[in-house]
Amino acid sequence: MENYAVYVPRLVKKEDNFAPGHRACIGCGEALAMRQAFKALDNNVIVVNATGCMEIFASQFPLTSWQLPWIHTLFENAAAVASGVEAGYKAMKRKGVPLPENTKIVAIGGDGATSDIGLQAISGAMERGHDFTYICFDNEAYMNTGNQRSSATPFGAMTTTSPMGKKSFGQFSWKKNMPEIAVAHNIPYVATATHGYPFDLMAKVRKAVDTPGPAYVHILAVCPTGWGSATDTVIRQSRLAVQTGIFPLYEVENGVYKMSIDLPKLRPVTDYLKIQRRFRHLSDDIIAQIQARVKLEYQKILEKADVTKRAKGKSKTGPRKAPAR
Amino acid sequence: MATRVGVEVSIALADAVKLANPDVIAAYPITPQTHIVEHLAELVANGELDAEYIPVESEHSAMSACLGSSATGARTFTATASQGLALMNEVVYVAAPMRLPIVMAVANRALSAPLSIWCDHSDMMSVRDTGWIQIIAENGQQCVDNIICAFRIGEDKRVLLPVMVHLDGFNLTHVIEPIELPEQSEVDKFLPPCKFPLPLNPDKPVAMGDFAPPIIFTETKWAQEMNIRSSKKVILEIWNKYYKAFGRKYSPVEKYHSDGAKVVLMTMGAIGETASVAIDEMVAEGQSVGQIRLRLWRPFPFEELRESVKDADVLIVLDRAISYGGPGGPLASEVKAAFYDQVKKPKIISFVGGLGGRDITVAGFKDIVKKGIEIAKSGSKKEYEIYGVRE
Ligand SMILES: Cc1ncc(C[n+]2csc(CCOP(=O)(O)OP(=O)(O)O)c2C)c(N)n1
Ligand code: SF4
Ligand SMILES: [Mg+2]
Repeated sequence: MENYAVYVPRLVKKEDNFAPGHRACIGCGEALAMRQAFKALDNNVIVVNATGCMEIFASQFPLTSWQLPWIHTLFENAAAVASGVEAGYKAMKRKGVPLPENTKIVAIGGDGATSDIGLQAISGAMERGHDFTYICFDNEAYMNTGNQRSSATPFGAMTTTSPMGKKSFGQFSWKKNMPEIAVAHNIPYVATATHGYPFDLMAKVRKAVDTPGPAYVHILAVCPTGWGSATDTVIRQSRLAVQTGIFPLYEVENGVYKMSIDLPKLRPVTDYLKIQRRFRHLSDDIIAQIQARVKLEYQKILEKADVTKRAKGKSKTGPRKAPAR
Repeated sequence: MATRVGVEVSIALADAVKLANPDVIAAYPITPQTHIVEHLAELVANGELDAEYIPVESEHSAMSACLGSSATGARTFTATASQGLALMNEVVYVAAPMRLPIVMAVANRALSAPLSIWCDHSDMMSVRDTGWIQIIAENGQQCVDNIICAFRIGEDKRVLLPVMVHLDGFNLTHVIEPIELPEQSEVDKFLPPCKFPLPLNPDKPVAMGDFAPPIIFTETKWAQEMNIRSSKKVILEIWNKYYKAFGRKYSPVEKYHSDGAKVVLMTMGAIGETASVAIDEMVAEGQSVGQIRLRLWRPFPFEELRESVKDADVLIVLDRAISYGGPGGPLASEVKAAFYDQVKKPKIISFVGGLGGRDITVAGFKDIVKKGIEIAKSGSKKEYEIYGVRE
């Protein structure tokens, strides 16, 4: 964006509730995405944090990067803790305990905390309909413990527990579709976002938090350390994930799918894969499989967006044009 | 005036929770705890109790929701047993160092395998070192009284710790006993509203649950240890206040014919009432026997224990759990530790019994005492004996 320094301060607030001074690696996409997410919100938020990079790099006793009330207890239970926070506020308010108005609850966790070990707690909290937002910061592996595979690690990616070897090409399974799992809970708001599209990310986080009931935002966050990619390409990788169709940006409001960006033509997946060490070993055959799968999945979402759009009649706001690169 | 009525202990316990006016209850059903949480759900559904009832999807989430709720300053209750307690174990550990005054009832039941829904204390032992204050009730009235006390103890600014009230599964949870439920107005006078000093509140942000590097971790653990140790005097003070208000007295080690007795039998839980009948009979027969019942498991009442058996030559300890491949009965091993460096001490004889709901009758207790005396005389080096086992 031209004149960035002139315009951006008018679009987002200057203050950071997730303040600088933390210990994330250089170029950490997760830290960037968190900063954006909490810039989008006011100060009326209670944060419930799962164990993971984002918790460890921001909270060494007695220091904290958090300017908001914040609680961390364990790895897999952020959604359950958030249910308790919500219930506590609800009951005490009803009984007349003086508490601030309009307090929002945001639970945050990595892809491991979300799509693996914490899935049950998240499912329970969504099903019960607590008024909270869950944000998954997906860097596609257990990074805090040193880059082990999770169910969100993409097919073919090399991690320390899905290594490449004579009998292995890396991750053997396809990425678990966590946003669709959230949609299957019939919650009012689900969205995907990534830090390469900051205004889209911020708008979605704001919308999620403003939605009464459970909301889920799945944010792809580039991890240069784990992915083996240059720290000055972190934004580019995030954008390429979208432009190749690997990580489609969309939202699902009350069951209605809407694509966030209009991409007339997807870029080849190799544009994304070739700049990350975790994919460097892949054979043409595996890459072809990935390309085919990406096309298929992207098409599925387009169709859902199309079907729900037609069912709804004319959509009021059309998809946004892809910003110029 | 409150009157005594016949009521199932689980129902009375839940009614006591209601009297404490909790804000949040998060629970997952497991036999033999079910009647407690079902009755609470009913009270909430009927509008008799103004609380949020979170029907969580697991015990892990039950205790996690309790952490979140308690951290907002809401008065919080849960109940579980056995596998449920084992499943929430990871979360149980978090409550005490985070100073969250959650109250939990544990309907003691054996741990699998083999699966058993019946009572023993293996679940209780699995949370021994979680840092919770742990009270062991012996009858329905003690459950009611100690649930009310538990909220006041845990929420006291000098304490701020979670409190467990143990009650034996089935032998207590499912029996009907004459119980006096205090009047609401009396409880309101005794139990002030929960005032958690640093709740999660956007008006005054706090960070709870930072990770601790080695340079500070030891100090946090030391603080936690000092915290629970010093809680004992507050527990005694609150039990005393309860006595003044409601006329029922509690102490960490309760004595029954034990002063001056040469042989003392130590029990924990409902089985102690059966043991008392055996003691009555033996005293009537002219034997110098008495009983002590452990009411406070954590913090462990070392002084009170030593004082209560100062006249005894033999102390027979009955455990309802085994520390496999270890010293046998976990209670007995702590009792032995309590006397290790004492100059005058009784001979401590360890029995394990009542596992997975196995009954010990009055005759059984008399037998245990008889055997205990024989073992003490024989100078046997056997660590412990499982009473009544078919080898
Ligand atoms: C019950 C439990 N199992 C394992 C761990 C170890 N552990 C801590 S963080 C973590 C991985 C976190 O991965 P993710 O949720 O993807 O977050 P990231 O660090 O990648 O941001 C693991 C395995 C733990 N803390 N608790
Ligand atoms: S390992 Fe990855 S996610 Fe974790 S701090 Fe470093 S860059 Fe960020
Ligand atoms: Mg991760």
